Amino acid sequence: MNNMNTFFQANKAVVYFTIMALVLLFVGLNQSWALALGIINMSLISAIMALGVNIQWGYAGLMNVGIMGFAALGGVSVVLIAQQPVTEAVDAGGIKMLIALIMGAATVTSGILLNRKGVNKLLIAAIVVTGYLFTRYYFSEAADLIEKVDPAITGYLGGFGLPIAFSWIVGGVIAAGAAWWVGKITLGLRTDYLAIATLGISEIILYVIKNEDWFVRGLKNVYGLPRPVPYEVDMQQSEWFQNAIAWFHKSELQLLSQSEQIEKLTDYVREAAVVFVKLCYSGLFIAILVSLIVLSNLALNSPWGRKVRAIRDNEVAASAMGKDIKRQHLQIFVLGSAIVGVAGALLVTYDGIFIPTAYLPLRFTFLIWVMVILGGSGNNMGSVLGAFIIWFIWIQSGPMGLWFVEMLSNNMTEGSSSLEFIEDRVHYLRLVFMGTILLLIMRFSPSGLLPEKNKQL
Amino acid sequence: MSDSIDIINALALMTNFVILPALSYGSQLALGALAVTLVYSILRFSNFAQGDSMAFGTMLVIIISGYMISKGWTITGFPTAILAIPLALIGMSIYLLAMDRLVYRHYRKIKAKQNIVGITASIGVMFVTGGIVRFILGASAQRFGDGERFIFSVREFKAFTGLQQGIAFKTSQFLTITLAILLVAFLFYFLQKTKTGKAMRAYSDNTELALLSGIDPDKVVQITWLLVALFTTIAGTLYGLDKGFAPQQYHLLLLPIFASVIVGGIGSPIGAIAGAFLVAFSEILLTYAYKKFLIYLLPLSMHPSSLVQLIGTEYKYAISFVILVIVLLIRPTGIFKGKVIDGE
Repeated sequence: MNNMNTFFQANKAVVYFTIMALVLLFVGLNQSWALALGIINMSLISAIMALGVNIQWGYAGLMNVGIMGFAALGGVSVVLIAQQPVTEAVDAGGIKMLIALIMGAATVTSGILLNRKGVNKLLIAAIVVTGYLFTRYYFSEAADLIEKVDPAITGYLGGFGLPIAFSWIVGGVIAAGAAWWVGKITLGLRTDYLAIATLGISEIILYVIKNEDWFVRGLKNVYGLPRPVPYEVDMQQSEWFQNAIAWFHKSELQLLSQSEQIEKLTDYVREAAVVFVKLCYSGLFIAILVSLIVLSNLALNSPWGRKVRAIRDNEVAASAMGKDIKRQHLQIFVLGSAIVGVAGALLVTYDGIFIPTAYLPLRFTFLIWVMVILGGSGNNMGSVLGAFIIWFIWIQSGPMGLWFVEMLSNNMTEGSSSLEFIEDRVHYLRLVFMGTILLLIMRFSPSGLLPEKNKQL
Repeated sequence: MSDSIDIINALALMTNFVILPALSYGSQLALGALAVTLVYSILRFSNFAQGDSMAFGTMLVIIISGYMISKGWTITGFPTAILAIPLALIGMSIYLLAMDRLVYRHYRKIKAKQNIVGITASIGVMFVTGGIVRFILGASAQRFGDGERFIFSVREFKAFTGLQQGIAFKTSQFLTITLAILLVAFLFYFLQKTKTGKAMRAYSDNTELALLSGIDPDKVVQITWLLVALFTTIAGTLYGLDKGFAPQQYHLLLLPIFASVIVGGIGSPIGAIAGAFLVAFSEILLTYAYKKFLIYLLPLSMHPSSLVQLIGTEYKYAISFVILVIVLLIRPTGIFKGKVIDGE
């Protein structure tokens, strides 16, 4: 018994991951492989996001409550990089929009520069207000012109038409830029200011994306984004794929007649194409996740990582040792947000569409938080494990809740109003459930499933 | 429209569309901000669950007042929700005290870094609360005000004064402003004059010293939560009577409320009130379309053709954030000096 326990302690991570793999295998065999792979892919993306949050929270104790805002910036970059430009719209209002944006930027920079020089505050205010009014005038005109171009299909500027892989990097860079700006203002002040500011910035990013139709189509969504992997339809028609599936199911198909064989084979090919495409995505995401983990583990164990943890564990002492805390925090905050941005770009790449309303800042930010804390903040593998467990629960708790309600309904009369009421609302209980998980871990197992290894310096 | 300059009508217009709405919105924010300030001063963390707690309190009021209406227990002229507040208050107090017992107390006992742990825990509580509210009432918007809608309506005002531009004074606005004044007066009396209030201030200023002088920390914390329940329930109900109840809307109120608290100076009650009105007036002044106002004031030849709106209404919540950023850049302590650096 004692031996078992020591074995478990030593190989905790292996044991947990094996259990998770078995559960997913079970889903694949009993429900469908497409579902299991769907969960795996979303878990992988969540794991990358959780990694970014873990760098901020686990390495440095910085609270980012606006993860979805940074993820949405990643999503925007996919549209901006990979979509083909809408030349008509660019011709119609592109120049005007550029002028408006330059004017806006000039207003802000002149305001900041004049303020630094100590010019009269009223004068600065007057300059900024005039600049703003001019910018707004040009801006709304340009936006109108662009949005009028075939609004049902385009009505926006489109993107640069570059390969989609660029957008992952660009997504990281844009998110990093926003994080730098937020961090510059709030870091060095009280710790909760960062939390409040990130909450605010993420709401605003989403408001802008939803309302500025000329930019990324707003609530009209962007469909048909290019893919880094082959399409299901192409796979179904390609000969080698058909042959491979035929070979795979050879023994079963031989027993059937000619016409039945063809019918059965088409079914198999259709299913296999979906699974194959999902597998391609999985491979891609795993490659990115693994390289990020390797890099961040290297960083964590380097002198830089020790410095970061020293600052987290005792700011005063680290400061006395001459470490620049604000600078360090800013670095980490930008780094973590960049990773979240990359994950956001991957998410949109995987979905193939950009839907601003899908970024529920409240819900998904919180899910990522639960992932990091459940897995064990400070431990990268913990974040990955947490991502898998929480995403699995999140997806499967819907059907499970309904199943539970159906069990209850055996005892209730058919079509009773209270039953319909519960079926309608049962998914909100997931929020309660996740909140409770977070509170329970914080209370009873604050270091999570896989505690940080080198906690003691 | 007259073609001459008409200052009185312009003022009436501003009163109707800017001053009255901003005063009542500001009062609602102020009550919410005071609740955040109280939690901050005594328990030392920023309560992210405030918006959803307001939704929870309002939910109780909606359920109880629905029952009262079905029984015919109403008062003429005023919404039944007002009658339901005392009962809802009891429910809210029990809920908050239970959350304190189950969640927050543990971290006080182990002397954790209360600010960071408190925020994380309150985010957990936020989810539990928000989920319960959405499960019980659904996520869609609803109205629950009954009784007379107006103290005086536009038509009555026009008939009384003979002005071209009318002013409507909504019952919800009247209730908001009256109740806010009463509550704020009560809070300041309580904190300044009563023994418990003084104990709370002492505890907030210097916890160690307060404990040494025999103040019971558990009692201080409990009283705080009771006050928070009072402010939260009433703020939520008034906001709902004014603008309707929608859980997501309440959740988003967190942003203007935090902005109010920080702008005023975190931990300072007067600051919270001042901050709330600053945020409310900026939101409404910046998103108001000044076209009609300018038509009253300017000669015919200068009448504007556009709406003359500084910022689109859809960016209402962005304004509180921008104010927040400006304050953090220029004066991080807020208007009334608050606590900028972590005490612990």
